[in-house]
Amino acid sequence: MAKRAGIEVSIAVAEAARAANVDVVPAYPITPQTHIVEHLSEVVANGELDAEFIPVESEHAAMSCCCGAAAAGARTFTATSSQGLSLMSEILFIPGPMRLPIVMVVANRALSAPISIWNDHQDIMAQRDIGWIQTFAENGQEAFDLVLHAYRVSEDRRVSLPAIVNIDGFTLSHVIEPIELLSQEEVTNYLPPFRPRYRLDPRKPISMGPVGMPEVYTEAKVAHDEALKASKKVIVQGWKEFADLFGRQYNPVETYRAEDAELLLVTMGSISETAMTAVDGMREKGGRVGLVRIRLWRPFPGPEFRKAVGKAQVLAVIDRCLPPGAVCGPVGEELRSLFYKVPGAPKIFSFVAGLGGRDVTVERFGEIVEKAGAYAKKRPKELYEVIGVREK
Amino acid sequence: MIPEFEKFKGFSAKNLPKEEPLASGHRACQGCGEVLALRMVMKALGKDVIVCSATGCMEIITSPYPQSAWKVPWIHVAFENAASVASGVEAARNVLRRKGKIPKKHVDILAVGGDGATGDIGLQWISGAFERGHDFLYVCLDNEAYMNTGVQRSGCTPYGAMTTTSPPGTQSFGQVTWKKNVPAIMVAHGIPYVATASPAYFLDLMNKVKKAALVKGPAYVHIYSPCPTGWGSAGERSVEFSKLAVSTRVFPLYEVIEGRYVLSRKITKPKPVEEYLKGQRRFRHLTEEQIAYIQNRVNADYDKIVRLSEMT
Repeated sequence: MAKRAGIEVSIAVAEAARAANVDVVPAYPITPQTHIVEHLSEVVANGELDAEFIPVESEHAAMSCCCGAAAAGARTFTATSSQGLSLMSEILFIPGPMRLPIVMVVANRALSAPISIWNDHQDIMAQRDIGWIQTFAENGQEAFDLVLHAYRVSEDRRVSLPAIVNIDGFTLSHVIEPIELLSQEEVTNYLPPFRPRYRLDPRKPISMGPVGMPEVYTEAKVAHDEALKASKKVIVQGWKEFADLFGRQYNPVETYRAEDAELLLVTMGSISETAMTAVDGMREKGGRVGLVRIRLWRPFPGPEFRKAVGKAQVLAVIDRCLPPGAVCGPVGEELRSLFYKVPGAPKIFSFVAGLGGRDVTVERFGEIVEKAGAYAKKRPKELYEVIGVREK
Repeated sequence: MIPEFEKFKGFSAKNLPKEEPLASGHRACQGCGEVLALRMVMKALGKDVIVCSATGCMEIITSPYPQSAWKVPWIHVAFENAASVASGVEAARNVLRRKGKIPKKHVDILAVGGDGATGDIGLQWISGAFERGHDFLYVCLDNEAYMNTGVQRSGCTPYGAMTTTSPPGTQSFGQVTWKKNVPAIMVAHGIPYVATASPAYFLDLMNKVKKAALVKGPAYVHIYSPCPTGWGSAGERSVEFSKLAVSTRVFPLYEVIEGRYVLSRKITKPKPVEEYLKGQRRFRHLTEEQIAYIQNRVNADYDKIVRLSEMT
């Protein structure tokens, strides 16, 4: 097995796509995703990857090219962020029902206005319902591993769905981390070649993307929903085989010092690592605090999450997204629905933090835990709270 | 001269392909000039083709699941992006051929859309694909408004025409802008082949489509497509209007081969535009002055094409 070496996470992600021997990479620049596709364009230019790099004129075109390429039977990769993801939005809803296994990395970034290049999860949460498999990486190693896993699962004929790997913009995409890049042989061993069930081929003509009249539309949507839900089994299996081969085990939901915890923080993405440090500090002081990290966001792993929560009485859910006018952040909302009228359900408190690059520090986690603890005793007035808002 | 054209002898009444890659039984309106044009496009291209369709009349009438009129591989993704989807298909086939994953045989890639999908909402996607130089042909079937959504004006709607969003009223006379010159925009990309065609001149249309497919790199064919439903014209007169549009110089037929304009049909004795305008409800409200204005501008536009053809 290869040794760990310091490498920028964006480069590691691009190396995962290279090792996956992707065929087509339509890409458009946007911060903080650019290093990923720059590196891919370089390896194509140097002949280290035999692929078609399409320097498209917009992200909308990037996703449109991905649809055409995947429909023609190519392994397809792209990456984007923020406004770029929003511009793609119309097309993002299409490859799911069309069962096109495109893989995309989203370097998560805030949405305008005001314009901000910095990290939060508002971009992906605005695309929550596009019907793709969606995972969140906590660190660079995971980002690399999740890209390979995404191809493995997406292209599985039982799944045939597109997948997004979310990596936090800058806080992950631009940092240098010790990452073990798997060798080509290891990747080839894990990831079989893409053998599409259907493709655009004059030898066997098919029509893709037809009109769905009211007699068939509902059934088409249900089929997509069922396929996405059923993909969880293949996702878990893909991670198990990854662990068998390379020793790193991933699960849809992870816990940290949660066994006897009374209060659990709930996080997604790279802030989970800060949260772990915060939990360690609080544990040292005798607090019965733990952490649940959601890795698989879609399909949402309900039973796994309930199991991870165990007997904890309080959940402090941290959303990195503020949906104006909503009941609370999307993760908070999801969990409140999940536990609705479940006997012995924990009290769920929703917090919004880390918008537009605002750091979520160990101290902030302390503040969140303190507030959630107090709210458990005395119900708060609001259904969510934004942490760290400056008074002036 | 484009080397790929040398071997092509051209279609004639004697060698018309029997194949119909676009089957009958689709759901187009009676007298639809657009589906007539599309049928000719597909006859010219044959079976070794992948079709990337924009949203629009031709998409909905040919693909109500579980039916399909397409005997060739066909994909529809969205309204504005057929050229991007075609770019992806072309790139995929290039790399898969290189890697030995699909047969070496060449397959034409056709992107097709209406005037809205081409000249308005999809212009950027086509521009990007043409600039990048993908080897595909784009066919615009121009029925001069958004017919699929109920006859709203587009940038390709002719001056004075009544649509549901350019109604004549006390303050207006219909479409107030001149028809956007979409072929000229495509020519500006420096692509090797651009042409205009009309279903009334079906051999000319098929030959142009075939040439657009043969040429290496992007090619564009802009096809006049009468719409009885949207124009308020008689269904049985669609071919007649297609002819009149040419003989009145309203829709000149030409090719632009590597930047050189070539007139396909020189109209030395043009019929007055009035003959073309009458019989179409969309022009019924026009005054003599407005018709005179149209006549002058049609003449000027035609002269410009003639001058361009004489320059090169």
